[in-house]
Amino acid sequence: MEKTMVSRRSFLRASVIAGGGMMLAYYIEPLEKALAAPALPQFGPPVTLLPASFITIAPDGAITIMAKNPEIGQGVKVMLPMLIAEELDADWNAVEIEQADLIPEKYGSQIAGGSTATPTNWVPMRQLGAQCRAMLIAAAAENWGVPASECTTSPSHVHHEGSKRTASYGELSAKAASMPVPDPKTLKMKDPKDYRIIGHTQANPDIKKIVSGKPLFGIDHTMPGMLYANFEKCPVFGGKVSSANLDEIKTQPGIRYAFVVEPGPDPSALAGGVAIVADYWYQARHARDNVLKVVWDEGPTAKQGTDTYNATAEDLAKKDPGQTLRKDGDAEAVFAGLGVKVVEASYSYPFLSHVPLEPMNCSASFKDGKLELWAPSQIPSGGVAQAAAALGISQKDITLHLTRIGGGFGRRLTNDYVVEAAYIAKQVGVPIKLLWTREQDMGHDFYRPAGYHNLKGAVDASGKIVAWRNHFVTFGENGRFAQSAGLSGEEFPSRFVPNFSQLASMMPSGVPMGAMRAPGSNAIAFVMQSFIDELAHAAGRDPLQFRLDLLAQTPLPPAAPPPGTPVAFAPVAFDGPRMAKVLTTVGERSGWGKTKLPANTAMGVAFHFSHRGYFAEVAEVHVSKDNAIRVNKAWVVGDIGSVGAINPGAAQNISQGAVIEGMSHTMGYEITIDKGRAVQSNFHQYPPLRLTEAPKEIDIFFVKSDNPPTGLGEPALPPMIPAITNAIFTASGKRIRSLPIEPQGYSWA
Amino acid sequence: MAYKLTVNGEPHTVDVPEGTPLLWVIRDVIGLHGTKYGCGMALCGCCTVHINGEATRSCTTAIQNAAGKHVTTLEGLSADGTHPVQLAWEEIDVPQCGYCQAGQIMSASALLAKNPHPTDADIDAAMDGNICRCGTYLRIRKAIHRASEIAAKQSAKAPAAAAHS
Repeated sequence: MEKTMVSRRSFLRASVIAGGGMMLAYYIEPLEKALAAPALPQFGPPVTLLPASFITIAPDGAITIMAKNPEIGQGVKVMLPMLIAEELDADWNAVEIEQADLIPEKYGSQIAGGSTATPTNWVPMRQLGAQCRAMLIAAAAENWGVPASECTTSPSHVHHEGSKRTASYGELSAKAASMPVPDPKTLKMKDPKDYRIIGHTQANPDIKKIVSGKPLFGIDHTMPGMLYANFEKCPVFGGKVSSANLDEIKTQPGIRYAFVVEPGPDPSALAGGVAIVADYWYQARHARDNVLKVVWDEGPTAKQGTDTYNATAEDLAKKDPGQTLRKDGDAEAVFAGLGVKVVEASYSYPFLSHVPLEPMNCSASFKDGKLELWAPSQIPSGGVAQAAAALGISQKDITLHLTRIGGGFGRRLTNDYVVEAAYIAKQVGVPIKLLWTREQDMGHDFYRPAGYHNLKGAVDASGKIVAWRNHFVTFGENGRFAQSAGLSGEEFPSRFVPNFSQLASMMPSGVPMGAMRAPGSNAIAFVMQSFIDELAHAAGRDPLQFRLDLLAQTPLPPAAPPPGTPVAFAPVAFDGPRMAKVLTTVGERSGWGKTKLPANTAMGVAFHFSHRGYFAEVAEVHVSKDNAIRVNKAWVVGDIGSVGAINPGAAQNISQGAVIEGMSHTMGYEITIDKGRAVQSNFHQYPPLRLTEAPKEIDIFFVKSDNPPTGLGEPALPPMIPAITNAIFTASGKRIRSLPIEPQGYSWA
Repeated sequence: MAYKLTVNGEPHTVDVPEGTPLLWVIRDVIGLHGTKYGCGMALCGCCTVHINGEATRSCTTAIQNAAGKHVTTLEGLSADGTHPVQLAWEEIDVPQCGYCQAGQIMSASALLAKNPHPTDADIDAAMDGNICRCGTYLRIRKAIHRASEIAAKQSAKAPAAAAHS
């Protein structure tokens, strides 16, 4: 286990031990499934979480809290312990945070995905803290012979006012461990106005290690006798090795093993390729780059490419749609009628690669039939399940340690690199660290799917949207969308326009696709919010007021979920007033319509609802005559529930990061496919935003609403892209209808 | 082939083939993992170290070009994490995932060594080679200004030590 600050083993293990039982029936799987992409691995049975699994209190008062979820930079390693510590009424300065291993039967679900950590843990983590606090109070009450109900707490202390007695949590912990674990339903949670930890900025628990270069990430893991591995896969997705010059590879300096790996039953878990294992990683890489010659059996995807997809999409757009996702009223009749202004436009966006800065890696040791993994994975349980299947061993024989992760963005929701490390370690019988090159990372991603939207809308004389039709052309087969390539019939402005058709057609593709930060939304917000902007301008209305008027419509009812859908699976219906509130607020904070801007400078606005969060954003953009762009300032206003932000400093950081990422999407991110393989290979062809290009200011604000807190990893990203492109239109008169904009002649100033 | 170099003040002799990037000598041969691999083409700056005081991308620096020189990695920036840039990074709580920050801190500390009071434009110029995929750029700018203040205070308190460093 990775430790923060003081070693846990240096404490007496006077942990607060629960005696098993019925508390905290912890049933979050349906919600996770509802929030996560459809094909994500299944999670285990419901787990009863116990305070002793998460909280250890040493006699000297030091409190260790386990952080259960993978930390990818979203700040969950401090956020979940904050929830526990608040209701425990812990002295936060005495808390140390320790990264948990993957033990779902002890910790429940351990994933970083779908912005689920907050909504699924808000109640259970606080309950654990409250249970532990109650046990400490019970111990004190018994010691003092007073009723527990007369005892109170202050940070890490129990008090009895009547007898003027006080005891520290450290003194009480041994006895508290023998107290029964109370039913959380009997416990009163804190009044939010009394929060000392939640809603107050708490530092990253790994900050000292990060700034001093201590080993922390998956790539930093070492083991005695460890060798280094690289795995070269067929550049065409789904291909495999026909032959390779393995004998020549084995003569290279430091090379210990070189062998062909056949594709597993699930090639998205274990693809075909060549494994090279060496004394040092650079020897494996050097052999791969300079000596390795493979004849590949490329397979059918070699005939596919962005050009063929574009042509097929254009054909499909002219044909009748394959599916109706939602239909209200009769949009076609409105378009054909009198007294409306009709606008038609086609939008598109490319495949994207996730490019977390830490390339895919995993360390593995296979000994005596048991596998041990050190995995930077967003869904480590999926890695265990897939590794067990690929190796033909039981999941019980796999131990997985969570490492800090150098960026996730959804890439590490797929565990291919975990399976590869496990497979190679078993083959060679020596502990190995598998590391991909950047080129392998960009060339073997599960890409954000490209997509095409063919839109037609109508505004009436009063400037209201009266009809909307979207024919979405995407990837999929047999009526099923490819991973992360779908669109909901409920997607806004669905329900807010009386005559509305959301339609879809699909084409097959061999390109691996997967969820990327705010999946679906990261592309759909650009399309919907741009076209709404087009309609606002067509109606001669202010784009922000036009949106407020749209949100003020009485929405049509949401579609009923299929019969038998559990309540937690039911989609969350878009809430107009919540969005209107954040939109109004971002207008006020940005000085929308009131600020006098210099020439060729304009503000753009957009909003989007995803992952249960409501976000409205404004970008102030300058466009030069030669299409050099500067985002002078950006404003983000979000509604993620009653607390505002649980950890405000981290929330500001991640939301500013969402703006930066939106800028990268807008300008330069594009993966093109040629002959079944990714064309771009490194950052010179796929440029993340750089510091020079970043705005000087990004204003982040959270409105509080009467809703339980929800996640922040994703929903701040989608609106920034259309906020920028809408600003470009107002500043220059040029409407952006495809991403990215660099191939259209734009650059950062 | 054997090469001699000094890393964080300690002499090392490493036996690696000519052309081996300094990054992999530091990480896998010497065993210091603070310096990170991100791209291998000097595009992202994760691997930034100081060679004779100059911020340098170690992923494209062949070992023979580092031989005989003084290399400083993040681990060697200070004995106890109290270099002004480290203190400022901690105070501003710059990182999200943290992976790029070794390179950011090494670029920032090289900038401040030459230019103790950089403007925003100086910072942009010095830091443009360091990608932060999480987008912590606003905090990086702020932290460099803060490090400049901390360094000024440290040298006011201990002018002799500052002159020595």
